[in-house]
Amino acid sequence: MSGKSIIRVALFIAILAWVAMSFTDLTILFGKVNDLDSGIDPYVPDIFFIVYVVALFIFYENRIEATQSANFIDLLWKIFVTGLLTTVISLALKSVDILMGNTSLIENPLLIDFLFHVHLGLLIAFLVSTFVVWKRLILYQKSKFQLRAWVVFEYLLLLSLASIFLPDIVGTVLFYILILFSVVLSASMKWVAYLNFKQKWKSILLLVLTLLYLVYFYVNIVDMRDAFDYLLVARSSVFISALFVFTAIYAAFSLLVILFNLPTSSVLEQKLEEVVNFQRLSQSIQTEQSENQVYEILLDSSVRAAKADAAWIETKIDNKLTYFRHNIPKHTIDNIKSFFEAQRDNNLFNFDNTDKVTRPGRLLRKLRGVQYNSIVAFPIMVANEQIGMIVLLKELREGFNKELIDITQTFVNQAGISLDGFRLISEALENERYKEELNIAKNVQKRLLPEVLDANADFDIVAYSQAADEVGGDYYDSVKIDQDKTALIIGDVSGKGTSAAFHMSQMKGVFHGLAQLDLSPEEFMVRANSAINTSLDKTSFITISYFVLDQAQKEVKFARAGHCPTLFYEQSKKQASYFTNKGLGLGIVRNNSFSEYVQPREFSYAPGDVLVLYTDGITEAKNFKGEEYGYDRLADIINRNAGKEAAGLQEILIKDVYDFCGQSEIDDDYTAVIVKFK
Amino acid sequence: MVQIDTIEEGDLTLVNINGDVDASSSIQLDESLSSAIENSQGKILVDGSHLNYISSAGLGVFMSYIEDLDEKNISLVIFGLNEKVMNVFEILGLDQLLNIVETRKEALDKLNEA
Repeated sequence: MSGKSIIRVALFIAILAWVAMSFTDLTILFGKVNDLDSGIDPYVPDIFFIVYVVALFIFYENRIEATQSANFIDLLWKIFVTGLLTTVISLALKSVDILMGNTSLIENPLLIDFLFHVHLGLLIAFLVSTFVVWKRLILYQKSKFQLRAWVVFEYLLLLSLASIFLPDIVGTVLFYILILFSVVLSASMKWVAYLNFKQKWKSILLLVLTLLYLVYFYVNIVDMRDAFDYLLVARSSVFISALFVFTAIYAAFSLLVILFNLPTSSVLEQKLEEVVNFQRLSQSIQTEQSENQVYEILLDSSVRAAKADAAWIETKIDNKLTYFRHNIPKHTIDNIKSFFEAQRDNNLFNFDNTDKVTRPGRLLRKLRGVQYNSIVAFPIMVANEQIGMIVLLKELREGFNKELIDITQTFVNQAGISLDGFRLISEALENERYKEELNIAKNVQKRLLPEVLDANADFDIVAYSQAADEVGGDYYDSVKIDQDKTALIIGDVSGKGTSAAFHMSQMKGVFHGLAQLDLSPEEFMVRANSAINTSLDKTSFITISYFVLDQAQKEVKFARAGHCPTLFYEQSKKQASYFTNKGLGLGIVRNNSFSEYVQPREFSYAPGDVLVLYTDGITEAKNFKGEEYGYDRLADIINRNAGKEAAGLQEILIKDVYDFCGQSEIDDDYTAVIVKFK
Repeated sequence: MVQIDTIEEGDLTLVNINGDVDASSSIQLDESLSSAIENSQGKILVDGSHLNYISSAGLGVFMSYIEDLDEKNISLVIFGLNEKVMNVFEILGLDQLLNIVETRKEALDKLNEA
């Protein structure tokens, strides 16, 4: 059966039981008055009474749902409404009673008995509903012991219902046991702690009214029973008395506990508010709030926690001094600031000064035109760096005690953590953007390198280039000058990242522009130097080697500008060797003297010869021991594999470098261009 | 990582470079050289005997002061470079623009003749 249908059925049975109880009892009484035998056993109304009570209990037990959170006031409100309703009905009946005055009706035992039944029904309804609500309150955050005690208490109450069938002495003992249980159970008052100040006042009001109803009803019933000895139903009132005493005791206990709790509740509430504010500060990061909001929360929380009359925060946001003010105009802030700054050793706002300014409020009192007598200031620290400060002011003297200062300090610390989080996030975003830029630069750089180099009948040419994580500055390229001549360049731009890619694209422009002019390598270098000079910053340079391969003359003319020495393998000698001509990187000497540093060379080639151009990423590649790949290993691998085709040779070289480095990462750009003469 | 100590010895400023000068530590080298030049009385001695490695960024730092040294008439001599580091200077051609010698004695002689 669902909860709703249980409620309906229980209510129906309760009403039915009450009607049956009243009817049978009236019938018995009618019989007695008229000396007739009604034929109804005198215990029948009592049995209906028990049914009525049990049905009501089931009704309220299901009606008043178990309380989860702080809806205690709702619960109290419910019994208050039930009490009000029953009292109004009862009073209405009473007024009818009084209106009829001393007519014979009032003497009519049947009418009196009926009225008694109405009152009894109302009292029981009110008692049971109160009982169920008290049960909810007592069992809020219950312990095992409390739950067990309660179950026993309920069964004993049920037993007391049947006390009419028990000997009197048993009923009396039962009554005292029930009172004992009531007192023990009434110690459970956890719910009171969850009321705020306002709710406590409401509870007091509701409890007082509930107590009044209880007493009113109980006295009413007892009075009637005392006045008229023929009111027999539920005459053994252990149940009603015990229930009344229990509800009254708990109401009275609650009332007292709440009353005594009143003075401390504001402190509790403040602590609670502090916790909530603390949470707001720590959660501000997750809720995508801005830095400004963190400052606003900090200002608001600190003002409330420290009960400050005025406050301000000053901090740098995006390198701009920003103020957050509470109840204080800017000119007063300036006034106070310049006052303390003039104090030198006692400058409250100089947090680097390890000596704390003692009693700054006393100092502040000297400042005319400012009504504040207490002041505290806290630095706002993010990652050990002061980024601002918060200042709190009070008109009261000595207004900031240690607790207030401590809690504000906690707020400031938490705000610092939140701000730090914000900065980390924005840094991460910045990084992300930087990475994006690098990716663009990387793509640009890749496109600057030609996919194929200009080979011809005399030589094959292959290139391999790998940039490290960041954008590198390795460059190679070729230009066909005329039918016989091919210009070839390899270079390395110092620095990394976007600026390297930028310089590299300039170098490409210079190369393509000058190579067409069919210049001697020396002339090329001088002109390239003066072309590139102006755009390089003071610490940047570009190293290049420039070659002109002449198919007609079977010779190569070249010059070196600070680039790694070129390796040349001669088939006739079966030996690779490095050229030792001098040179100077582009961009180092910015006057006309550059030509002094260029030493052009030329050599003839024969089929089977190999020209190896590379960048320092290859010779400086390190293994896990920190050893460099070096010139000897490079020459060696070429010597051993010079017979291979250009592509094969390149593959072997790159593999050898990788094998040499092993697991350790190659963190530089490296490039190899291999020219194999046929 | 690099550690650079600057010591004043009479009219001589001694700059001691220990460790590796790469892209990040080149900033330190730049600061040290810049202050050495600023406070110099005309003679700067750079001890490179404990310089294990120098990247192009480090070379860029040395290179950037060449004009400055000329203009201020300061002589700067580097000595004690190991073969590998010396090779790096030579490849770029900086050995033609800077005074680089093998021993401290040679370096002092060079400074005194200037």
